Amino acid sequence: MTKSELIDLIARRQHQLPHKDIELAVNLIIETLSEALAQDDRIEVRGFGSFTLHHRQPRIGRNPKTGESVALNRKSVPHFKPGKELKESIDASRERVPLVG
Amino acid sequence: MTITKAELSQTLADTLGLNKRESKEIVEDFFGQIGEILQTGEDVKLSGFGNFELRDKSPRPGRNPRTGEDVPITARRVVTFKPGQKLRALVDQHQGV
Repeated sequence: MTKSELIDLIARRQHQLPHKDIELAVNLIIETLSEALAQDDRIEVRGFGSFTLHHRQPRIGRNPKTGESVALNRKSVPHFKPGKELKESIDASRERVPLVG
Repeated sequence: MTITKAELSQTLADTLGLNKRESKEIVEDFFGQIGEILQTGEDVKLSGFGNFELRDKSPRPGRNPRTGEDVPITARRVVTFKPGQKLRALVDQHQGV
């Protein structure tokens, strides 16, 4: 499922609102989440899960092809930890439905 | 600082002029529907943000790290988040050296 399909799904549930408003709202949610992570703020959604940054220390890496050493900067990567409710409901769906990708 | 659903719906209300109830419902639906789709076995791909991907894990032998006791880990379905290029770049630009 893509973002535009998710927008359609929410728009059908919120049929009193113009489709355009749902589109703006979903984009704004994504933008707000992204900016929060960029500031290293934590996002916590009860039942769904939390987003945080994981920080990787600077390290000396190696070019696997040439064996040459390369200095790698400190790096931060977004990380999602599913909440208890989401985790359990997804696990429970395994017996019911196959993965469709 | 921690961002929650309350902050998100406040942002929607302030920026888009939606009322409190509308903003709250859209935020609830956003996370709720992602969860619903995942429960149908389908991945969710949010361009510019990232993908929520499902994986089925086979059972494997495990161990209780405290007691050293062998405990089998059952088969399970899990969700992982793969941040997209745009989000990675945005985060790195702020946090990188």
